[in-house]
Amino acid sequence: MELARAFSTMAADLPAIFSMIVVSVVGLVMLTVAAFRSDHPSIPWLGVAGMVVASAWELFQLGTEPGTAFFGAIRVGGYAAFINLLVLLAGIATTILSVPYLHRLKHDYGEVYALLMYATVGMILLGSSNSMVSIFVGLETMSVCLYVLAGLIREDEGAVEAALKYFLLGAFSTGFFLYGIALMYGATGTMYLPAMAQADLATAGGTLLFWAGVALFLIGFLFKVSAAPFHMWTPDVYQGSPTPLTGYMSTASKAAAFGSLILVLYYALPAERWTLVLAVVAVITMVVGNVMALSQANVKRMLAYSSIAHAGYILVALAAGTEAAFAGALFYLLVYTVMNIGAFGVMALLEWDGREGRVQTLDSLAGIGTDRPVLGVTMVVFMFSLTGFPPFGGFFGKYAVFAPAVDAGLTWLVLIGVLMSAVSGYYYLRVVYVFWMQDRDDVVDARQASLGGLPPVSRTSQGVLVVCAVGLVAMAFFSGGLIEAATGFFDASAMAAAGGGG
Amino acid sequence: MDIPYLTSLVIFLPTVGALLTLLLRRASAIRWTALATTTGTFALSIVLFLGYDPAVSTAGAPQLMDISAAWFPDAIDVKYFVGVDGLSILLILLTTLLGPIVVLSSWTYIDAKEKGYYALLLLLQTGITGVFASFDLILFYVFFELTLIPMYFIIGVWGGENRIYAAIKFVLYTLVGSLLMLVAILYLGYEAAAVDPGHVFTTDWYTLLEYNIPADTQTWLFALFALSFAIKVPLFPLHTWLPDAHVQAPTGGSVILAGVLLKMGTYGLVRFCLPLFPNAAQSWAFALAALAVVGIIYGALVARAQPDAKKLVAYSSVSHLGFVVLGIFAFTTEAMQGAVIQMVNHGISTGALFLLVGMLYERRHTRRMNDYGGLATSVPILSTLMVFSVLASAGLPGLNGFVGEFLILLGSFKSTVLDSVALVALATTGVILAAVYLLYMVYELFFGELTDPANANLADVNAREFVLMAPLVLLMLVMGFFPQPFLKQTAPATTFLLDTIEEKHAAVEAMEAPPTADDAAREALPVAPPEAAEVTLDPDDLRSFDPDR
Repeated sequence: MELARAFSTMAADLPAIFSMIVVSVVGLVMLTVAAFRSDHPSIPWLGVAGMVVASAWELFQLGTEPGTAFFGAIRVGGYAAFINLLVLLAGIATTILSVPYLHRLKHDYGEVYALLMYATVGMILLGSSNSMVSIFVGLETMSVCLYVLAGLIREDEGAVEAALKYFLLGAFSTGFFLYGIALMYGATGTMYLPAMAQADLATAGGTLLFWAGVALFLIGFLFKVSAAPFHMWTPDVYQGSPTPLTGYMSTASKAAAFGSLILVLYYALPAERWTLVLAVVAVITMVVGNVMALSQANVKRMLAYSSIAHAGYILVALAAGTEAAFAGALFYLLVYTVMNIGAFGVMALLEWDGREGRVQTLDSLAGIGTDRPVLGVTMVVFMFSLTGFPPFGGFFGKYAVFAPAVDAGLTWLVLIGVLMSAVSGYYYLRVVYVFWMQDRDDVVDARQASLGGLPPVSRTSQGVLVVCAVGLVAMAFFSGGLIEAATGFFDASAMAAAGGGG
Repeated sequence: MDIPYLTSLVIFLPTVGALLTLLLRRASAIRWTALATTTGTFALSIVLFLGYDPAVSTAGAPQLMDISAAWFPDAIDVKYFVGVDGLSILLILLTTLLGPIVVLSSWTYIDAKEKGYYALLLLLQTGITGVFASFDLILFYVFFELTLIPMYFIIGVWGGENRIYAAIKFVLYTLVGSLLMLVAILYLGYEAAAVDPGHVFTTDWYTLLEYNIPADTQTWLFALFALSFAIKVPLFPLHTWLPDAHVQAPTGGSVILAGVLLKMGTYGLVRFCLPLFPNAAQSWAFALAALAVVGIIYGALVARAQPDAKKLVAYSSVSHLGFVVLGIFAFTTEAMQGAVIQMVNHGISTGALFLLVGMLYERRHTRRMNDYGGLATSVPILSTLMVFSVLASAGLPGLNGFVGEFLILLGSFKSTVLDSVALVALATTGVILAAVYLLYMVYELFFGELTDPANANLADVNAREFVLMAPLVLLMLVMGFFPQPFLKQTAPATTFLLDTIEEKHAAVEAMEAPPTADDAAREALPVAPPEAAEVTLDPDDLRSFDPDR
C-alpha cells in the first residue's frame, strides 16, 4: 500500500474516532492545567465537558449506518457507539462522584482525572475494535491507567497492595492474552476478526494451533472481566482502590471488555464451540461470586464479589451465543453499569474517617438511612435492582440474559443462575436492613468519636445517584425498547457492513 | 358508569397516592391522603365490580381489559394485559376494601416514619391488585415480586423485636420460589413459541391456555410453579416463614399479609397451575391435597398450643388455607367455588382477628393470652366483635366461613380425582379443631376472672376502630346468609376453568397415548399385508440364544 494513499485514508477516517480524539485532547489540556496547579477545581469539570461532547457524538452515531475505519481496524456506529456511550457515561458519572471523595481524602490531583480520561480512551478503542491489534492496544491502554488509579491512595497499605497485585496479575494475564493472539494469527494468518472466521483452519494443523490460541486469549479476557477462576485479584483491588474509581473499574472496563469479547465470539470463533466452556466458567463465576459475597463484612469487598457474580450472569448469555443473547448481554451491561456505579457511589459518600482509616464495614452504617435519606433510598433501589427485583432495571436485565439462554437449551444453566440470584438476595437485602432497619444507637457514638464523622453531603454526587436510581425505575417502561434496539445491532446487514474491512 | 382504563386505574391509583404522600410533611396530612386514596380506590373498584357482568363469558378475553403491546418489542409477545374475570373480581374487591381498613388501623399504631409506611402500604396495594388483574405471566411476575419490597420494609422497619429475621426470611423464601417460577415462565413461553406458527415467544395467559403441553414437560413446569405458590400460601411444610412474619409485622402488615397476600399463592394455583398443566396437576392432586390436610391438622394443633394470641391467629391461617388448597385440587365445581369464596372469607375473618388482636396489643402492649382474661366485662364491644370474628373463622353456619368450608368439603367428598373419603374426613376434623383453638383464645382473653387492674381499666373500641371493623362484620353476615350473589360472580369462571382443564387433560392424553391395537392395525394395513407382519420363529435361533455367552 502506498504511503500517500494510506495517509489520505487515515486523514479521511479521523472523524470516525472523534470521541477518542476529544477525550485525549481534553486529557492533555487537563494535564497542562495540572502542571500549574495540581488541584485546580476546573480540571474534573473540563474532563466532564470533554466526555459530554464525546458522548453526544456517540449518541448521534448510534443511529448511523455501522462501518469500519482505518483499514478495518476500527468499527464505527451502531454496536461500537453503544459500548462507547456506555463507557463515556460511566466516565462522566465517575468523575463527578470522585470530586468530593478525592477532595476529602486530599488526593484531588489533576492527573487522576486525566488518567481517568485515558482509561476511557482505551475502553473506547477496545469497544470499537475490529482487529486483534486494536483490541490489545485498547486493553493495555485501559489497564495501565487503571493500575495507577488503583494505587492512588499511597498512604494506605491496602491500596498499595491492591495496585501491585493488580499490576502483576494483570501483566501475567496480558502475557497469556498476547500469546493467544499470536497463536490465532499463526493459525489463520489474519488479525481482523471477520477475516479470522473465514480462515481455513484445516491446513497445516491449524485447528490445534487456533484452539490453543483461543484458550489463552479467553484466559486473558476472563481475567479482565473478573470471571472465576481468574477473579482472585478482584476483591483486593476493589477494596483498596478509591471507591468511585472502583465503580468505574467494575463497570466501564467490563462493559468494554465484554463488548469486545462478544464481537470475537460473534465473528471470529466458529459457532457453538465455546458454549460448554463458557457455561462452565459462568457456573463457577456465579457460585464463587455469590457464595463468597455472603460472608463479607466490608461493603466494598461484598460489592466486589457481587460484580464477579454479575459477570457470571453475562457469561450465561455469552454461552447461549445467539444474537438475542448477545443483545441481552449488551442490555445487561447497561443496567449493571448504572446500578453498580450507583452502589459504589453511595459507598463513596458514606465512607467515614474512623480511627482505622477508611471505614467501610457494613456494621458502621447501621441506621444510616435516617441520617442520609437520599443515599439510603438510592442505595435501596440499587440493591433491589442488583438482586433482580422488578420493577427495577436489574430484573429486565436478568430477563434479557436468561430468556435467550432458555431458548438456546441452557435451562440448567439458567436454573443455577436464578438460584444464585436468590442467594444474592441475602447479602443485598442485608445492606438494606442495615441502612434502614437497624438501630443506630450503637454506632452513633463511634461515628461521633471519630475525627471526621460522616462525610458532608455533596449535592452534585447525590444528583448523579438520583439520576441513576430514577433511570433504573424508568427501565420498567423502556427496557423493551432498549432490548429491541440492542437486538438491532446484530442485524445481519449491520454486521456485514461493519465486517467488510480487513 | 363508564370509566376508561378502569382496571388500570384501580391498580395504579394507590401508586399515585404513594407519590403524593412523599411530597407531604405533616403526619396527619399523610394519613388523610392515604385514607382518601384507598377509599377512592375502593369506590372505583365498586364501579369495576358493577361493570363486571358474570353473564358475559371470559373464555376468550377478560372483561374491562386494558392492553398495551408497546411494553416489549414486537417480536416478543409480552405485554401489559390486565382485566377481570370471575376468579379475580372478588379478590380485587377484597384488596381494595382492606386498603382503607388497614390505613385506619395504623392511624395511631404507626407513630414513626409515617411517610414511608403509608407510601409503602399504597405501593403494596398496587402490587397485590396487579397480581389479581394480570393476564400476562411476565406482568404477573412483576407484580408478584413488587409486593415483596414494601412488605419487606413494613415488617423490617415497623415490626417487633425480631423483625429483621422475619423480614429476611419472608423475602428469601418467596424469592427462591418465584425465581424458579420465572425460569418455568420463560421455558413455557419458548415451548409455546415452538408450536406457534409465527414462533413468537408469548406469556399471554389466553394464548398459553390453547397450547397442550406434553405430559413430562408439564410435570416439572408444574413443580416449579406449584413450589412458588405453595411457599406463598403457605403449604405445609413450607409454612415456617409465616408465623415469624405475622408475629413481627405491625397490625396493618399482618392484615394485608393474611387478608390478601397469601391469596396470591392460592390464586396462582387456580389461575396458572391447574389450567396450564392439567395432567400434572391431576396426577399430583392427591399429594398436594394430602399436604393440605396435614397443614389443616398441624396448623390447628400448633395454634392450640400457642400462648401468644397473634401467633395463634397466624397458625390458624396455615390451617384455613389448607382447606382452600384441598378445594382447589379436588377438581369439582363445588370445591373450586368453595375455594374461591373461602379465599375471600378467610381474608375477611382473619383480617378481623388480626385487627382485634392488634387493638388489644395497642392497649396493653402484650399479646400473651395469660396477661388478659375477663375482658368481656371491661370492653364489651370489642369482645362482641371478637366473638363474631372467631365464630366466622370457625365456620359457624350463618356466617361466611361456613359457606366456603362446606362447599370445599362437599366438593372434595365427590371428587373423583382425589377419590379418598378418608382424606376428606380427616380434613373435616380441622373444622372441629378450629373451634377448639379459637374458642380457647376467646375464653383466655375475654372470660374468666378479671384479675389484673390494667385489664379492668381498658378502653373499649373508639369510633375509628368501630368504623374500620363494621364493614368486615357486616360482610361476615351478608356472605353467610346470602352467599348466592357472590357465588354467582365466580361460577362462570370456575366452570370455564374446570371445562378447560378437562378438555386439555383429555387432549394431552390422546396426544401421548400409545397407539392402540386398532390404530396399529389400521396404520399397518396399507404399508404391508398381514402376512408380512407374522414372525416365524426358527427353533435353531432360539436354541442358539445362550444367556451366559
